[in-house]
Amino acid sequence: MKWIAAALLAVALVLLPFFAGDFYVNLASQMLIAAIFALSLNLLVGYGGMTSLGHASYLGVAAYMSALLTSRYGWGHGASAVFSILGTTAMAGFFGVIALRATGLGFLMITLALSQVLWGLAYRMSGVTNGDNGIGGLTRPMPFGISLDSAAAFYWFALIVASFSFLMMTVFAASSFGSSLKGVRDQPRRMAALGFNPWMIRWITFVYAGFWGGVSGLLYVYYNKYIHPTSLSTTSSAEALLGVIAGGSGTAAGPAVGAALVLLLKNYVSAYLDRWNMLLGAVFVFIVLVMPTGIVPGLTKLLQRRPR
Amino acid sequence: MQFWIIQGLNSLSLGGLLFLLSSGFSLIFGLMRLANLTHGAFFMLGTYFGAISLRNYSGLNIWVAALGAGIAVAAIGGLFERLILTRLKTNPLGQVLVTLGMSFIISDACLMFWGGDSIPVPTPQSLQAPTRVFGFVFPTYRLVLVGCAIAAAIALYFLLERTRLGAMIRAGVDDRQMARAVGIPVSRLFTIVFCLGAGIAGAGGVLGGPILSAYPGLDGDMLPLALIVVILGGIGSLLGAFVGSFIIGFIYTFGSALFPELAYIILFLPMIFVIAFRPQGLFGRVGA
Amino acid sequence: MTSVAADHALEVINLKKAFGGLAVTQNVSLTIRPGERRLIIGPNGAGKTTLFNQISGDMRPNSGQIKLFGNDVTTLAPYQRAHRGLSRTYQIITLFAGDTLEHNVTLGLLGLRPSRWQMWRPLAFYSDLATEARRTLDAVGLLHLADHPISEIAYGEKRRVELAMALAQKPRVLLLDEPLAGLSDTERSTVKSLIASISRETAVIMIEHDMDTALDLAETVTLLNYGRVIVDGERDTVIADERTREVYLGV
Repeated sequence: MKWIAAALLAVALVLLPFFAGDFYVNLASQMLIAAIFALSLNLLVGYGGMTSLGHASYLGVAAYMSALLTSRYGWGHGASAVFSILGTTAMAGFFGVIALRATGLGFLMITLALSQVLWGLAYRMSGVTNGDNGIGGLTRPMPFGISLDSAAAFYWFALIVASFSFLMMTVFAASSFGSSLKGVRDQPRRMAALGFNPWMIRWITFVYAGFWGGVSGLLYVYYNKYIHPTSLSTTSSAEALLGVIAGGSGTAAGPAVGAALVLLLKNYVSAYLDRWNMLLGAVFVFIVLVMPTGIVPGLTKLLQRRPR
Repeated sequence: MQFWIIQGLNSLSLGGLLFLLSSGFSLIFGLMRLANLTHGAFFMLGTYFGAISLRNYSGLNIWVAALGAGIAVAAIGGLFERLILTRLKTNPLGQVLVTLGMSFIISDACLMFWGGDSIPVPTPQSLQAPTRVFGFVFPTYRLVLVGCAIAAAIALYFLLERTRLGAMIRAGVDDRQMARAVGIPVSRLFTIVFCLGAGIAGAGGVLGGPILSAYPGLDGDMLPLALIVVILGGIGSLLGAFVGSFIIGFIYTFGSALFPELAYIILFLPMIFVIAFRPQGLFGRVGA
Repeated sequence: MTSVAADHALEVINLKKAFGGLAVTQNVSLTIRPGERRLIIGPNGAGKTTLFNQISGDMRPNSGQIKLFGNDVTTLAPYQRAHRGLSRTYQIITLFAGDTLEHNVTLGLLGLRPSRWQMWRPLAFYSDLATEARRTLDAVGLLHLADHPISEIAYGEKRRVELAMALAQKPRVLLLDEPLAGLSDTERSTVKSLIASISRETAVIMIEHDMDTALDLAETVTLLNYGRVIVDGERDTVIADERTREVYLGV
């Protein structure tokens, strides 16, 4: 039953551009990007118990690096993609060393402060980042000579990347390292006594999450062909965190669903009124107060109850 | 020479503002183990209240406006604490997320009510004339602002060290369970401290108005500074917040003046340094 | 590793620890032979668990040395000591409540294997871990509960899972912090025979208040009081010692 549903969903996702208009295909592309981003944050929040409020750093920095390398320095897309991901991952390595000096609320505050510094830099270093104007006029890559300029082509590209990311992150969580990570989340002291190195396990996860955050950032800048400091803002981190929590942190697919819902809500609301931030805040308060374990686990419980 | 002196004074006045912001944050964190991410929004709300009331009632005095805004923001903070935060007593992470959500709501509400343009807060007439000391010219208001921050620091010190309320707060910071066991009404204490912290931030927002003016995004500019101050100074330590505020005030002001594009990176270095070598902060007793 | 090293499984030399002004470990020295059965006794607050925490590395001593098989481990992290053959249980149960018994014991096994870093293979791929975990659970008589989450089993059973996790690691030095605490009489005798059956390749150091049971298991006894070693030696000598009576009877 579960497999049939998954197969049907997969077929529907692949065939989407044949029965949906460009508007919806583009929306779906954005949902895929948001899903990768939220899944990467879920590695930290859900499996690692490390609540980061600065995950937009990895999305934003990868996007900015790619934008700068391709537009300003004339690099090819292949080289700049590799370099952007490497650079972002290295930054995650460095930020991880700093943030993991603390755990819990200290970790949260340090990640928030670090990301705010980057956000401020993106605004202030206008010589490099073009400040509040952002960097526009970017192009999409042409993997194997295939143009990604149409909505459908980009969607399929994003779908391939997202599927691969989802697979890699799910395997990671189910691996023996993933078990080590969940153990460190629940009982760090016990795990250390058993022979696990909690700090190293957290740091590796932090770097890995930064890597996939960078991947989502590349897709983000390819999709928008434009990058602005808001991609680095707390709002951007908070949207992903809301997706993770709403979808169910520490579940394999929940955060992807949560992120897609947040994005849908954002698009829907933005079409009618200008109050996205207020709604985002209100939804945050609502979810935490009313549905702390998330929508997906809540629904799963409901569905499991029915057959009995 | 004039440059250094003026920037020095600007550093002091920014440090003073940062103290008004971060002392409350630090107190709340120390007692409630709550990283109140709404704190920047409280500060901004104070600035807006000040800017609007001073614009609409020309006879109003900035000190009265600061007092009024402080009380108003304290009341909003108190409501938020009573109605929402207390429901999440057993969920510290949920509390932080709710304060983040609240900060989005407040900052968007400010944008909705008062628009996207920045609203200046006039410097009080009596303090507009510059002060001359040893042949140097100082903007009087900034001097007064530094005085206000120092006065607030002394008042907070006396409150914490010399009053019964302060003794209860200190007991709660040291050991919450024990405080509860000896009959201190910890829950009410939480509300009082939350109101106090929010109120100081709100009043500080008004006093910062003539320098910063009210604009959307002020909260996002101030909150990271407060975070860096308390990480640097040590979370929960009043002295740490005081020293940290002035350190960051100097670094940020001189950084912005000398290397405008790199000010944020320069800001970030002392923080990394402290986290690396003294994770509990300069004056903190326990790690975050 | 020299041959001299094998003389002592664990050496604690002049260990000192204070919290503020309160000295909780004062010049404690101990030597444990490989395979020895040592019981540590003393009134509440004598510093027994604090001593364990320093041996396991959860807490750093202010001064003094800890050696495992002749190697100084004083500055090593807990996980590094685990890899040198040290395991422990906790007085307060710290198990992974949402996971099955099998998974709990598997974590004990995984902690000492390089595969704990493996990111691409599911844990289930290592079927030898599961087999080994089930064998250990069988040894403590809990195989029938292997697939149940910890949160569903009884307190006495949790105590045995604690033990199983440590035993699975085949430690050379095993620290047991009150393994009998809170158990019923039948559970007590089960755990007692379990501890008695531990291989002689493992030195066992045990904190326990239940003297009747624990003394049967011990060969040597150390009496701590106010963070000091009061008496230390063969079981019968220590029991007969006047100072032991003083501490316990307040004579």
